Amino acid sequence: MSIIINHLNYIYDEDTAMAHPALIDVNLKIPDGQFIGLIGHTGSGKSTLIQHMNGLIKPSSGNVFFDNEDINEQGYDKKKLRSNVGLVFQYPEHQLFETDCFKDVCFGPKNLGLPQKEVELRAFEALEQVGFDATYFYQSPFDLSGGQKRRVAIAGVLAMKPRVLILDEPTAGLDPKGREDILNLISDLHKKMNITIILVSHSMEDVADYVERIIVMNKGRVAFDAEPRDVFSHVKELEEIGLAAPQVTYCMQELREAGFDVDTGVTTLEEAKKEILKAFGKC
Amino acid sequence: MLRDITLGQYYRTESVIHRLDPRVKIVGTFSFIISLFLVKNFIGYAIAGLFLVICIKLSNVPPKFIFRGMKAIFFLLLITMVFNLFLTPGEAIFSFWKFQITKEGIKLAAMMGIRLVFLITGSSLMTLTTTPNNLTDGLENLLNPLKKIRVPVHEISMMMSIALRFIPILMEETDKIMKAQMARGADFESGSLIQRAKSLIPLLVPLFISAFRRANDLAMAMEARCYRGGEGRTKMKPLIYKKRDAIGYLVIVLFVALVIVFGRILFR
Repeated sequence: MSIIINHLNYIYDEDTAMAHPALIDVNLKIPDGQFIGLIGHTGSGKSTLIQHMNGLIKPSSGNVFFDNEDINEQGYDKKKLRSNVGLVFQYPEHQLFETDCFKDVCFGPKNLGLPQKEVELRAFEALEQVGFDATYFYQSPFDLSGGQKRRVAIAGVLAMKPRVLILDEPTAGLDPKGREDILNLISDLHKKMNITIILVSHSMEDVADYVERIIVMNKGRVAFDAEPRDVFSHVKELEEIGLAAPQVTYCMQELREAGFDVDTGVTTLEEAKKEILKAFGKC
Repeated sequence: MLRDITLGQYYRTESVIHRLDPRVKIVGTFSFIISLFLVKNFIGYAIAGLFLVICIKLSNVPPKFIFRGMKAIFFLLLITMVFNLFLTPGEAIFSFWKFQITKEGIKLAAMMGIRLVFLITGSSLMTLTTTPNNLTDGLENLLNPLKKIRVPVHEISMMMSIALRFIPILMEETDKIMKAQMARGADFESGSLIQRAKSLIPLLVPLFISAFRRANDLAMAMEARCYRGGEGRTKMKPLIYKKRDAIGYLVIVLFVALVIVFGRILFR
């Protein structure tokens, strides 16, 4: 009941002059129910990696296993895989096409060949789950705000009842409020439905508060794969690959250098607050 | 799968052909195509073929890349050759039921096949070695005299360069939308013809919306930079003929003369 990625390699434009590797020897094990942040710079291979997980891209070499079955084997049911591993792409504009939001969310379950009643039930449920206002159900998806569009896009994948939900930069192009809303929504989904979530982002700040494991990609390789506090302790290395630790981490490190007895491993604002108060209490 | 389309694509590398003035390449390609239609025997085609091979060699474009574009016209080629093979009247050498293959048919089919292959290869060599911008610049420059009879040359070339510029962008976008819909269980590859046509709706709607949005943005960006047509517009990199371009023209003239002499006059 998990995704296993075994010595995965992928080369873009193979056998042309422009050939270049996008993924180099990636090995990962993703157990059920984890909330994972996949971080990397633009072009680090993170988008390519997630597309392997639901069979949209065929690896140049190596295997991807879902539930102990090789998904690239001949005759493997890709449709079933895609209903189990849901992938929400970066731009909702790439998938919204129907005349109203409800119909658009129906598209996924309908493709699974479910009866009409079940399709509508699922669509309704999914739209509720993402906290989409019922008054907009029958409005054109193109009239919505960026945040609402994203909700419909997520609902469109959720309606297929995936066991793994992968979101590619779900906060791109949103204002701070919209960003927080979407991230809270994803975190809630994880808690309530107990599904595996892989959150792709290029910002540590986004994921630090929510995830239990961080995978950092750099130039097609896995650079780090650990708990947030472990990953953030490598501030230097992260900066070298063009990423940064959350501001909290920097703040705590500077406090420590200034002589305060604080734990530099904290990753969220809440923890930091406690640490600082503790340090001052001692003073 | 969309990556297989090489027609109209540019191949970035360094070569004599790449450095040639786009006007020379356009004139050369047109002369080449016209000469293909003037040729009446295989000697002429041999000369044209040799010329093409030399040009490909000089261009540093891998031949594999050039011939990949041929896949797209394979069926057209096949149909043309089959029709010519069976439907040309003349001296029969082989026949069954209602069909017969004639000596003239074989000759005509071979000629048509060679002509079509050369035509596509020649014109793809031009687009492979010239950036779309250069190409339209060259075309605009060559068509300039037509302005006197009120042909909107600048507008036409502007439209062409925008269209060419957007082909790769829209192609990439199509790829992304396809994947996004496939992730929702869409199936573009199986089913009956009607089903397949229907399955294109989730692809075409987002694609059109994005194309309109891009067009809107581009118009706005052009207006913001005070674009108001070609009147009085200057170029950052105006086209200037160099010595190698004169040599290029000379080679073209020699080639056409050679083809006409050998392919039309000497051996009839």
